[in-house]
Amino acid sequence: MLLIHCPYCGQRPELEFRHGGQAHVARPADPSATSIDEWADYLYLRENPKGLHAERWRHVHGCGRFFNALRDTTTDVFVSTYRCGEPRPDGGSAR
Amino acid sequence: MNHPLLFRTPTGGRVDRSRTLRFTFDGQAYQGYAGDTLASALLAHGVHLMGRSFKYHRPRGLLAAGAEEPNALVAVIRDAARRTPNLRATQVELYDGLIAESQNRWPSLAFDVGAINDFLSPLFPAGFYYKTFMWPRQAWHRVFEPVVRQAAGLGEPPTLPDPDRYAQRYAHCDVLVVGAGPAGLAAALAASAGGGRVVLCDEQPELGGALLDEPASSLGASINGQPASRWLADAVATLSARPNVTLLPRTTCFGYFAHNMLSLNQRLTEHLAAPAPQAPRERLWQVRAREVVLATGAIERPLVFPGNDRPGMLLASAARSLLNRHGVKVGSRVVLVTGCDAAYITALELQAAGVTVVRILDTRPAAAEHVTRAALAAGLMVSANVTVLGTSGRRRVTGLTLARLAATGEVSDRESLACDTVLMSGGYTPTVHLFSQSRGQLRFDAAQQVFVPGVSAEREHSAGACRGTDGLRSTLDEGAAVGAAAAFAAGSRGVLASYTVQALEGSLRGQPGVLPQPGSHPPARAFVDFQNDVTSKDLALAMREGFESVEHIKRYTTNGMATDQGKTSNMNALGFVAKSKAITVPQAGLTTFRMPYTPVTFGSLAGYDRGDLFDPVRPTPSHDWAVAHGVVFEDVGLWKRARYFPRDGEDMHAAVDRECLAVRASVGLFDASTLGKIAVVGPDAATFLNRLYVNNFSTLAVGKCRYGILTREDGFVYDDGVIARLADEHFHVTTTTGGAARVLQMMEDYLQTEWSDLQVWLTSTTEQWAVIAVQGPKAREVLAPLVSGLNLSASELPHMALAHGHLGDIPMLLMRVSFTGELGYEINVPSGHGQRAWEMVWAAGQAYGMTPYGTEAMHVLRAEKGYVIVGQETDGTATPDDAGLSWAIAKSKADFVGKRSLARPTMLATGRKQLVGLRTVDPRLVLEEGAQVAATPNQKVPMRLIGHVTSSYHSAVLGHSIALAMVADGRARIGQTLYVPMPEGEIPVTVTTTVFYDTAGARLHD
Repeated sequence: MLLIHCPYCGQRPELEFRHGGQAHVARPADPSATSIDEWADYLYLRENPKGLHAERWRHVHGCGRFFNALRDTTTDVFVSTYRCGEPRPDGGSAR
Repeated sequence: MNHPLLFRTPTGGRVDRSRTLRFTFDGQAYQGYAGDTLASALLAHGVHLMGRSFKYHRPRGLLAAGAEEPNALVAVIRDAARRTPNLRATQVELYDGLIAESQNRWPSLAFDVGAINDFLSPLFPAGFYYKTFMWPRQAWHRVFEPVVRQAAGLGEPPTLPDPDRYAQRYAHCDVLVVGAGPAGLAAALAASAGGGRVVLCDEQPELGGALLDEPASSLGASINGQPASRWLADAVATLSARPNVTLLPRTTCFGYFAHNMLSLNQRLTEHLAAPAPQAPRERLWQVRAREVVLATGAIERPLVFPGNDRPGMLLASAARSLLNRHGVKVGSRVVLVTGCDAAYITALELQAAGVTVVRILDTRPAAAEHVTRAALAAGLMVSANVTVLGTSGRRRVTGLTLARLAATGEVSDRESLACDTVLMSGGYTPTVHLFSQSRGQLRFDAAQQVFVPGVSAEREHSAGACRGTDGLRSTLDEGAAVGAAAAFAAGSRGVLASYTVQALEGSLRGQPGVLPQPGSHPPARAFVDFQNDVTSKDLALAMREGFESVEHIKRYTTNGMATDQGKTSNMNALGFVAKSKAITVPQAGLTTFRMPYTPVTFGSLAGYDRGDLFDPVRPTPSHDWAVAHGVVFEDVGLWKRARYFPRDGEDMHAAVDRECLAVRASVGLFDASTLGKIAVVGPDAATFLNRLYVNNFSTLAVGKCRYGILTREDGFVYDDGVIARLADEHFHVTTTTGGAARVLQMMEDYLQTEWSDLQVWLTSTTEQWAVIAVQGPKAREVLAPLVSGLNLSASELPHMALAHGHLGDIPMLLMRVSFTGELGYEINVPSGHGQRAWEMVWAAGQAYGMTPYGTEAMHVLRAEKGYVIVGQETDGTATPDDAGLSWAIAKSKADFVGKRSLARPTMLATGRKQLVGLRTVDPRLVLEEGAQVAATPNQKVPMRLIGHVTSSYHSAVLGHSIALAMVADGRARIGQTLYVPMPEGEIPVTVTTTVFYDTAGARLHD
């Protein structure tokens, strides 16, 4: 079971969390203005990196807050967790 | 035929000779001492035959003395419910009255009919089950499968449910030390000296590991000037006295998970003759450790040569352990075959104990000088550079043939030795299972020819033999250094120590593989994997048939796939494969180690989560009342929902017909408390709902309700429910029963991550409200005398209006909503008042023939009206328009979740499945839900199918069956005849609109 550092509550076991998919996928401000391809990208296309991955978690059985995490998908090591709205700490791609 | 205690030494060992314990094995009575294992006690009687092998049913005796034992698998039986199969006799602690049985034999261990397989073994090469049983096809079910099932498997499970209790516990510590041998003890001493929290676990009943195998005599090692046993006692006493140390004997660390979470299985009562009835039998520990020290030791490998599996052929380490711990001699005339120096010590100790050591046969040109010298000085005879050509004896080894083998393959100096015991030592394999489970990278040590821990993936340190460290002093020093380092890394203080050791020791090194044999083909009867009966010939066959990867060879031959997970066989198989292909061992690769290290009971893993505690139950406020009224419940998620209320022996159909008719004719009572409820509160509440739901909520007046549809961003229907505006900034959102949690999650997601500027607060109120649905033409008359503070008339409280008032003295939110098509109310009261409110309404309804109804009748009533159920009519690929709900979409809104997707071409294309009604020609015929729909009759398979039935019932009020279906271009097909193909024949159906009853909706607005 992973140990995850909630930016609001501190370190807690994985049981208290729910994974929320890739982070930094912003909903287009005006969806009706997006092309069909742009909309399909937003809806369906996600990264599947080997290595550092920015992903969303929710401390669902704790404070209930969503936050972002930088996790190495090969080792499960959390490099960092940070609040929604903050930039990806390693400066990696944020679509 | 038994010779009581003939093989017990007169003194010595760690058993308590003052406590004699009686036990039976296959019905035969024996006795042993406290401190014996089942294996040691049987061996003290000269009983070596303890099992039959898995495939060939060959007689097998003890091979090892610990967790790695592959042969001596037994069942221990306390009663019919407490029959534990597949236990290793080496790990079964003796207690008075123990009953054990051998396995995989019939009618008896000595005479086993299945042994015919051994003579038919040419028919069962590696992978035989992939090549046989192919035809005739019909024979599989009737002949092959029953026979294979009967033959497969090892022990028999108990026939009754497990009556015992199992405990579970979480623990945190600075340093978890796995293994309490010399390295683990030194690590625990060093790590705990500065006050850090240390947990030390070991699978054995007594802490000490390899130190327990040291003889008490002058032959044994001494540590810091004391006999090893004295040092061990002091070390354990020191650790016990430290309040920051938890000692866990009889506790196997079987799994190493991410972020230093390790699972431990503690056996609490297995060793007791009469466990207290309420005492937990096992305890599962889940330990989160800042740092982990692995001190799991090493396992000796057998040698692979023809006839290496007869009873009486053991690992040298097993013989040493049996002698020094249990005072048991493995035999009278022992031949030692070894490729490892450490085994020489065993030969010396056996000889000192009065066992005749016929000869030491060394497979190498020479052993280390100091052990050779010690052997010769003790009068032992050593033959070097030999191989073993075969052995004799069926239920016990009687002799061995050795020879010298030249590099040319020429055999010379063939010689036979008579013996009753053969000891084998092929060197030691570091126990890297847990390290490998932690995803650490192993490194091949070419000098030792074994894999050792390389790069760690977790905060973990290995020490001692499991790291390939040789020698007691190095092991102790390394344990201390690693323990201190772990404590430091965990943020506490460690205390280093260094040790002095005096001992005659031999190196643990050896050469994995198969002993060389004359001839080009490997011998058929040289066993690599004892538990799965895999021979060197099987491995060679797999390679000949093209299996390259060692992972594939493993699966094809099943080498290493038995319950012992190849503890004694993996490295020999790997050495053989590497040598056959003339590659190095790391080039051959290594199979992956997986948890559990040794088998763990389901009881331990299940722990408290059994019976009533398996899953929480969510009862509704009318639960007890419903039970008293003969309800049949339906499980909906964790909820217990009333399904129907049968009367006087009614079946479900009769009850549902009666309940439906009562609602249509008079009035029904339904518990709708399970509906999800979310309070959406704040200045931006209407804006928030507008952005989420397809409907417009800005225009919803306070005091009114609206049916809302929620789509996901992909445009497909996700949930639905009535949304009431209680105040300008307060909405009461209801969801489907099953959708409550995921709708709240979705709302939180958008609120927190996309629209964090909105001033909205979300609260789940599902459990706060009891919801009592009163439905039917008499609903108003039933409620009128009960309510105060509000007017129930159609003009004052029309359909989809709400009002606050009281039901008797209970504060109430009354919503005029209907999921039946009848005049209907949903009474919302605080759930603590739910049962009383229910009973008040029930009492008032008696004058009108009020009928309680369940979810079955609710389903029929709504289907008669064409109301959809999300998840029944829709399946995650239906848009609101597909489900016939496009009327709910607010055209004026620029955006809502899912709107952009609804404009995708594929969402607007023709040919999408649309919700329609279906009528069968035969009114009594009820279609099967899930049945497929075809446009034309008599199609050949594969048919072209255009839809499927989503809901189908008998409608009592209409007198015929009704169905809802999703059909391609369904709305354009209304009036057409379609066909539902079934095994019994095709059913013609007519396409209709979705509303079957009261199409004008007059009853709703009554």
